[in-house]
Amino acid sequence: MSFVATFNSLPAVELRRHSQNATLSEFETALQHPNLESFAVLISPAADLEKLAALAQKTTLRHFGKVIRLYAPLYLSNECINICRYCGFSRDNPILRVTLTPEQVAAEARYLQTEGFRHILLVAGEHPHFVSNNFLRDCVAKLRPEWPSIALEVGPLETEEYRPIVEAGAEGLVIYQETYDREVYTSMHTSGPKMNFDWRLETPERAYQAGFKRIGIGALLGLSDWRSEAIAVAAHIQYLLKHCWKAQINVSVPRIRPAAGEFQPLSQVTERELVQFVCALRLTFPEVGISLSTRETAKLRDGLIPLGVTMISAGSHTEPGGYTGQGRADLHLTKGGRRIESEGEHATVQFEIADNRSPAQVAAKLDTMGYEPVWKDWDISLNG
Amino acid sequence: MGTGKFASGELMAAALVASGAELVTVALRRADLTGGKDKFANILTFLDPKKYQLLPNTSGARTAEEACRLARLGREATGSTWLKLEIHPDPRYLLPDPIETMKAAEILIKDGFTVLPYINADPVLAKRLADAGCATVMPLGSPIGSARGLETRASLAIIIEQATVPVVVDAGLGAPSHAAAAMEMGADAVLVNTAVAVASDPVRMADAFKTAVIAGRSAYEIGLAPQRQEADATSPLTGFLNQ
Repeated sequence: MSFVATFNSLPAVELRRHSQNATLSEFETALQHPNLESFAVLISPAADLEKLAALAQKTTLRHFGKVIRLYAPLYLSNECINICRYCGFSRDNPILRVTLTPEQVAAEARYLQTEGFRHILLVAGEHPHFVSNNFLRDCVAKLRPEWPSIALEVGPLETEEYRPIVEAGAEGLVIYQETYDREVYTSMHTSGPKMNFDWRLETPERAYQAGFKRIGIGALLGLSDWRSEAIAVAAHIQYLLKHCWKAQINVSVPRIRPAAGEFQPLSQVTERELVQFVCALRLTFPEVGISLSTRETAKLRDGLIPLGVTMISAGSHTEPGGYTGQGRADLHLTKGGRRIESEGEHATVQFEIADNRSPAQVAAKLDTMGYEPVWKDWDISLNG
Repeated sequence: MGTGKFASGELMAAALVASGAELVTVALRRADLTGGKDKFANILTFLDPKKYQLLPNTSGARTAEEACRLARLGREATGSTWLKLEIHPDPRYLLPDPIETMKAAEILIKDGFTVLPYINADPVLAKRLADAGCATVMPLGSPIGSARGLETRASLAIIIEQATVPVVVDAGLGAPSHAAAAMEMGADAVLVNTAVAVASDPVRMADAFKTAVIAGRSAYEIGLAPQRQEADATSPLTGFLNQ
């Protein structure tokens, strides 16, 4: 039985109602009993955020200490076969696209190494032709000699399709459900394989079966009511901790950023609410990794770090070739799966980042905050 | 002492000095194992091998195969044949896998390693590992980082009583009193990390643990007074027999 069955039988409406109507005294009780029901109360409007934050900080310190792991995203391709209304890479956006060759990927990666990164996240749009399974495997194999830790954030694959990628040296997989609201999901994803909600929802389990050791999940905040999304994410984490018990489970809390297509968020999540979400996750799941990207501002990121975050990116580019200009000669538009020649300075970004500090500046800030930036926290020899 | 979770390499080095530790363990996954002296993976540069017996560990390994592979790379990189064997397949509670640990210990001992295995407080496993040639056993007091102290006290007592190799109580020691209690029981050493690393003043906390360990060891050597439920009656109930 996969998480789909658990998800379908989740008392989502009741949990959401309880979350909305909880009292301060229920909040105080919920602090003592970490489970899904109390998680719903921890994210309630009645919560004492300062108290929640203080406990979250203590919990994070005990489990993870004064260290923050750094990673960098590397975009392989911005080709995509899906139409997703909120995403800059959506098929119907007339943007400059490119898919790097494995050699170009290696060149971009070498730049990231000079910046200090030893953990890399390879990101690509979903496209069976431009971003084939073999292409992904070849990119991982190319980086393996140089990189202690390689993770992927790409379109969902079958278990058997993941295996060669794991064997090539990938240890982590990130797959966001985007929204756990089926109705909104349907209205957001109007074409392409991503339309299949259940298939996407089962992806972490397939990744685990294939041998991935780190699995990241999350919802893209701004598509549906954030408290409902948070409860679903918590239920998903709870399921994965039990059923994929050998994997390190990570969660991310991305908020929608401006991108091509000019999509406007359907639902607002304030900074205060984001902080509450992170703190509630930390208290409910003390051992789960929480990653925070450059979607958020420097001020918010620095503030969130002591409260639960364990992994951050820095100096990120969200377009292929963004670090060193690789692939610039091959920029084009794509229509109906065909290239239309075009020119430009660089490929189009997936979304605009909000923290423009360099990796060195972020590391220096961590140092002044009393945290050690950890660049290498894995070794390729640990990949079975 | 362990070397994880510290705010900086410098602070870690200062805490190690204050702790008086002789054995220092370090996660190989955080070090550069290629021989390239990577300045972004430089934890080993803070550990002076002349001051401490370096004890590389296999934290992150989920199987015997992964642990052995990491151990061999670690030996190349650090020159140390001593190894803290840690295999925890569950990244949530980090509890050691007894089956994989046993397998890996046998392989690594044959391969010339001095193996110090991290284990649950299982007296039979401790005997099996000692019989296999492990240099110590390192049973946990409670899960790593939990600060819950000697939750496994009854099993630890059996392990210590039966030991033919030194017993190092590892993990879960959240307060100097926990460390003192382990030493009073007759443990040969304790291994501490989180409690020192995340303290507001790691150097002073390291010193506090040092003092506690010395006190606990002295008490063990002297012999503690037996614990009793009742107070001694000042007027013996059978005193009338002497009248």
